[in-house]
Amino acid sequence: MPPTSAHARVPGDSGSKPMNKIVIEHLCVQYSDGTESLRDINLEIPANAITVMFGPAGGGKSTLLRVLNRLNDLADVTELSGRVLLDGADILDPKTDVITLRRKVGMVFARPVVLPFSVRGNLTYGLELAGEKNRARLDEAVEHSLMQAALWDEVHDRLDDPAISLSGGQQQRLCIARVLALTPEVILLDEPTSGLDPISTGKVEATLQVLKQQYTIVLVPHSVQQAARVADLAAFFLQGELIEIASGKDIFITPKDKRTEDYVEGRFG
Amino acid sequence: MKIASSISRRLAQRLGFSILTLMALLTVAPIIAVIAYIVYQGAPAISWGFLTGFPSDGMRAGGILPAIVGTFYLTLGTAIFSVPLGIGAAIYLSEYAADNRWTRLIRLAIINLAGIPSVVYGLFGLGLFVLFLKFGISILAGSLTLSIMTLPVIISTSEEALRAVPQSFRVVSISLGATRWQTIQRIVLPQALSGILTGVILGLERAAGETAPILFTVAAFFLPRLPNSPFDATMALPYHLFVISTQVPGMPIKIQYGTALVLLIFVLSMNLIATYIRSRARARRQW
Repeated sequence: MPPTSAHARVPGDSGSKPMNKIVIEHLCVQYSDGTESLRDINLEIPANAITVMFGPAGGGKSTLLRVLNRLNDLADVTELSGRVLLDGADILDPKTDVITLRRKVGMVFARPVVLPFSVRGNLTYGLELAGEKNRARLDEAVEHSLMQAALWDEVHDRLDDPAISLSGGQQQRLCIARVLALTPEVILLDEPTSGLDPISTGKVEATLQVLKQQYTIVLVPHSVQQAARVADLAAFFLQGELIEIASGKDIFITPKDKRTEDYVEGRFG
Repeated sequence: MKIASSISRRLAQRLGFSILTLMALLTVAPIIAVIAYIVYQGAPAISWGFLTGFPSDGMRAGGILPAIVGTFYLTLGTAIFSVPLGIGAAIYLSEYAADNRWTRLIRLAIINLAGIPSVVYGLFGLGLFVLFLKFGISILAGSLTLSIMTLPVIISTSEEALRAVPQSFRVVSISLGATRWQTIQRIVLPQALSGILTGVILGLERAAGETAPILFTVAAFFLPRLPNSPFDATMALPYHLFVISTQVPGMPIKIQYGTALVLLIFVLSMNLIATYIRSRARARRQW
């Protein structure tokens, strides 16, 4: 994706380094019940890569994900400051069209939540809301998104079955396909494999490796092992602070911060 | 010693269960007795002429058609006012309203509305609809009065049905670019529909069987013709039953119980429909 905005940050050192899809500047979030909060987060999320946000529970990872597609609008947030630039435009700006934003930035949740429709109905839901009525285009989106989520072979002859009849792993890939059907640019995944068996987890991770060639992926993994397996860029969150960020596997092998080291080596969390 | 105590414990257990079973059966007994007695006394009165004829001989003979039609119109009228209002209020309370002093006040009002004696509704309807708004003794005034009485039932059952729809559906729907209203329209309402319908039918069923609220607002003692506008008074089954049971000397007992049986069938069939809707929805539920 070429830089389209004057705010887009293109790294100066080498032309091969991907541009940053999302730039977070001084982000602070505070909920009214004081449960989870974020303090002065600065983070650059590159396009066409898997950025992993890991750390112990309550560290603010899910909160950050929910800020990225403004799903935190549904929560009782008392403080929200800083900037979150998506392709250079601040998505926290009150003038941002959140509906368009959410189509562009899709979210996959920890528990697979299939809507009470058929497999096909789940996939066309978002498109129909966006005004797509053309049957052929909807069918194409169904097939294409299922292919991308590596689910087509398993469900192509049960598209009209209730989505709830799929297995847990299939349901989660359906949730991924449902996001893909909207042709988003960014995919957020909040512990997408926490309820899945190792085989289904493997399928989801393999799917993500393919998807990252086209999409910007932000993942909250359900274990340090998963973080280490899939991360192109890894950020360690602890109690609402971004402690350390490093590319690739570095953070897991040679963590710079003592707290990161303790967590990665399993001394807490 | 140990064995003896274990035997006595088992005995106590069995005794306890027996008493509870007996109590459960005792709650069923009255309804069966009531229905059986009314059927036994009233069935001989039921005939085509009874259902489609007009009362004659000072209501001591003939049929009860005007009362049946009147109750049907009143139930329909009540539905027209109370269903949209009740469901709308339930959607507001469940989907939009924040938990603050204002919504707590609304809830308190609804709870209190449910506790008001039905004769008070009748007097209120007389004051507001019949006299102040000059609707007169009419189906319109009666339906509005019954609507106010029915609202709390419809609102609270509908709100409960809406709240039973998993929150995760709403979050997912919104994350896929739906607005709140689209989410309600496409997911929440369809999923809650059976619960809402059940509440609506139970509310209307109560309206159909009430006497006091229609006493001063719509019911005619004797009106040997069918109503032909919402501003007409009408006879109605519950009030007719009251009249022929207490106000008419020399009333054949057969006709009293026949009327009671018709009212009972009217109300119980609504109840059966509600039960059917609920069980069918439960079987098809996907969560």
